[in-house]
Amino acid sequence: MGDVAGSERASMGESKPPLMELRGITLRFGGVLAISDVSFDIREGEIRAIIGPNGAGKSSMLNVISGFYHPQEGNILFRGEVRPFMRPHRVAALGIARTFQNIALFKRMTTLDNIMTGRMTLMKSSFAAQALWWGSAEREESAHREKAEEIIDFLGIQAIRKVPVGTLPYGLQKRVELGRALAAEPRLLLLDEPMAGMNVEEKEDMSRFILDVNDEFGTTIALIEHDMGVVMDISDRIVVMDYGKKIGDGKPGEIRKNQDVIDAYLGVPH
Amino acid sequence: MLYREAGEFRTSYPDDSQTFPISFDKYRYYAILAVLVVVVPLVINDYWANAVLVPVLVWSIAALGLNILTGYCGQISLGTGGFMAVGAYGCYKLMTAFPDLNIIFCIVLSGAITAGVGIIFGLPSLRIKGFYLAVATLAAQFFLVWLFNSFPWFYNYSASGQITVPERTVLGFPVTGPYTEPWAKYLICLAFAFALAWLARNLTRGSVGRSWMAIRDMDIAAEIIGVNPLKAKLQAFAVSSFFVGIAGALFFSVYLGAVEASEAFGINQSFLVLFMVIIGGLGSIFGSFAGAAFIVLLPVLLKNLLVGKLSWPTDIATNSEFIIVGALIIFFLIVEPHGLAHLARLFKEKLRLWPFPH
Amino acid sequence: MIEQLLYAIEVSLNGLMTGILYSLVALGFVLIFKASGVFNYAQGIMVLFAALTLVGLQSGQVPFAHLINAIFGTHIYNFGWNLPAVAAIALSAVVMVVLAMAVEKFILKFLINQEPVILFMATIGLAYFLEGFGELMWGGEIKAIDLPLPVGISDTVERVTYDHFGYGFFIDRLDVAAACVAAVLVLSLVLFFQYSKIGRALRAVADDHQAALSVGISLRYIWVVIWSIAGIVGLAAGIMWGAKSGVQFSLSLIALKALPVLMLGGFTSIPGAILGGIIIGVGEKLFDFFMNPVIGGATENWFAYVLALVFLVFRPQGLFGEKIIERV
Repeated sequence: MGDVAGSERASMGESKPPLMELRGITLRFGGVLAISDVSFDIREGEIRAIIGPNGAGKSSMLNVISGFYHPQEGNILFRGEVRPFMRPHRVAALGIARTFQNIALFKRMTTLDNIMTGRMTLMKSSFAAQALWWGSAEREESAHREKAEEIIDFLGIQAIRKVPVGTLPYGLQKRVELGRALAAEPRLLLLDEPMAGMNVEEKEDMSRFILDVNDEFGTTIALIEHDMGVVMDISDRIVVMDYGKKIGDGKPGEIRKNQDVIDAYLGVPH
Repeated sequence: MLYREAGEFRTSYPDDSQTFPISFDKYRYYAILAVLVVVVPLVINDYWANAVLVPVLVWSIAALGLNILTGYCGQISLGTGGFMAVGAYGCYKLMTAFPDLNIIFCIVLSGAITAGVGIIFGLPSLRIKGFYLAVATLAAQFFLVWLFNSFPWFYNYSASGQITVPERTVLGFPVTGPYTEPWAKYLICLAFAFALAWLARNLTRGSVGRSWMAIRDMDIAAEIIGVNPLKAKLQAFAVSSFFVGIAGALFFSVYLGAVEASEAFGINQSFLVLFMVIIGGLGSIFGSFAGAAFIVLLPVLLKNLLVGKLSWPTDIATNSEFIIVGALIIFFLIVEPHGLAHLARLFKEKLRLWPFPH
Repeated sequence: MIEQLLYAIEVSLNGLMTGILYSLVALGFVLIFKASGVFNYAQGIMVLFAALTLVGLQSGQVPFAHLINAIFGTHIYNFGWNLPAVAAIALSAVVMVVLAMAVEKFILKFLINQEPVILFMATIGLAYFLEGFGELMWGGEIKAIDLPLPVGISDTVERVTYDHFGYGFFIDRLDVAAACVAAVLVLSLVLFFQYSKIGRALRAVADDHQAALSVGISLRYIWVVIWSIAGIVGLAAGIMWGAKSGVQFSLSLIALKALPVLMLGGFTSIPGAILGGIIIGVGEKLFDFFMNPVIGGATENWFAYVLALVFLVFRPQGLFGEKIIERV
């Protein structure tokens, strides 16, 4: 990593069209305003960070993108078209995968099964074919198993392939969760605090995985992270949120100088 | 040194995901199957068929069904008795309405009818979860039993309110009715149990099974990564009820021959099946069989011991059965939530290392 | 027509009385659920067990007589005494407290921090255990409760209503008494829960186990208290219902109706439990009254469950529960 890589990266995604645009998103829970009129875009192939103090509405934003929360106002454009009201599993089928702030793995399933479940939206064999385990079902299973094994190799988790994930240590669980999201071969990958609770070494590993995913597969990534060092290093552009509003948007260098952002983090009275 | 996986190399993904990856397991499985199909029918008598083998097989099918719903998909149902009643009465109506229809089709069709009813009662599972859903399934239990008792059309207006099975044959041998040989009863139940266990195994190893388990382990995350909860839950309800319906049809037509809804399919039956699943092992196909065998054989054993050997009154045997089963449920939930199936796995692990455990 | 209406009112009143009894049992559930997060399926059997114990103690039955006779070849059945009602009730209450301690010691202690569903299934196991244990202890035959409770149709109500409407309402005295007892119990429990020191601790536990532990509330003590109270509430319900329909297994099924009552009322709400009980009590009687000619009787068996089911589909949090916001 390092600053050089960061500034180099920042020049990359600039000319590309936006993969996703959020326009005037407002989200309320009862009377509580979680997100108020936030707009930004995510360009094809970039790493986009969303930062802000606790309770700023970052996770809610991710939930809006993945269709778990439905905003009262605003539009979401995906690949240039307005995305209609959609249940989360349909959003996943569009090619939007994610990880969660508090690990949300399927605890009693093995690592392999978790990753295979990530490919749910790509598996097509019918219920009947699976019930009778006809050739097509078995072939499909093997083909997807091969892809799953690629991800297992990529993340270096071969040894825990058949271990129920509930028994794994935290860092490995985070890795498996990334694997599950990658398994979907997403166009847009959402990472909710991928490095929370990790030590420096694990953070470095995770940053490397994120950059590799972005480079090798060209996957667009939007991430929430509290570690400013990491965010400044790996992201192309950054959105800053505070109290449900957007207070800054730009390249890492610009964000560093943004007075509103500095105030928000240092706690200037409003 | 009998049980080894060293030297077993698997070179393809299908090899790695087969049912019995260790060849010792495979041969043992074939051997058991051969004994069940060839040897047992030759030596079986009335007592063994009616008190042991047929009930174990029929309840195993019901337990398999509930295990798909509860063990794999995480939705608790206390309505199993009611769904078994649907299978039984469906089978009876089909048999009497179409006397020429083969009994096998009748049984499979009654399973399909039960699947339909299961989907209807599964719809609320989209909104309600956990024990709320469990209580909601009691609605199915009480409503369905009431339904079959209140409308004489279901029991063809028979004076006793019972349904009695007419005689039907397979390949010329009677399998239902009073002239059925014990081996015929046994074999037809075995065939169904085998076929359904195979079906369950297939469904639980592919993406359908993974979608169920994902819903079980964390439903919200499952939906966000692309599992359609509506589809997964209703599939589980349908498949589960299909199994349970077939169990009900066999219970009525092959095993008992005559039943009355509130007696044969009461709420205690629902509990028994749930207990089979818990004791046998949630999310295990082998466990469904082990649990069913345990729950069916325990009263037989107690009766033989307490009433037969010690000549105590029967009610003591019945009461102790309740006490033992209840205590065991609690014991298993505390000590071994994965049931007999897990104990068997642990035993295998030990065997793998035996005689050099270090 | 007016005759019909009056009859319907009479049916509703009877339903109201039953409903209050449902509330009483439901209260037992709510208490346990609030304090330990356990959805206690065995509450219905606890009602039965309490009633069996009361009858057995009062009439001087020898516990486990069948078993003892079977093992030792003896013929003992009865101690040959009759306890006064008050003493029998007090002793039964003690038995329920002992039961609560046993439940805590042998079950709950081991299941702290388990998933709610596991706990729920454990209470089903407990229900099964208690069913066998109760019958082994006191015998399985139907028993009558012998307490000085008012019985028969209330003449006063009949006369007064006849004078006013030209139609005498048939109200069972026992129902009225039961409703009064239930109302008093419900009220005192609410007060206890709101204002006593233990009540405050209970609410703290209900809110957050860990936090309650950290301020020095003994979880296990609270559990024993709450299960004891639930057992005593069960005893009250068992007396009323046992007097009404005899002490037998079906008692536990009636008590089971507290479950749909709770689903209707919301699991954590005491007013919800009361209102839910009344809605279901009145609802099932009226439904049976109107639908009997159309679809036949015995709809009480399922009405409560189907009502709760349909209701939950539209309002999963119950009448008084708070709207659930799901998070990830």
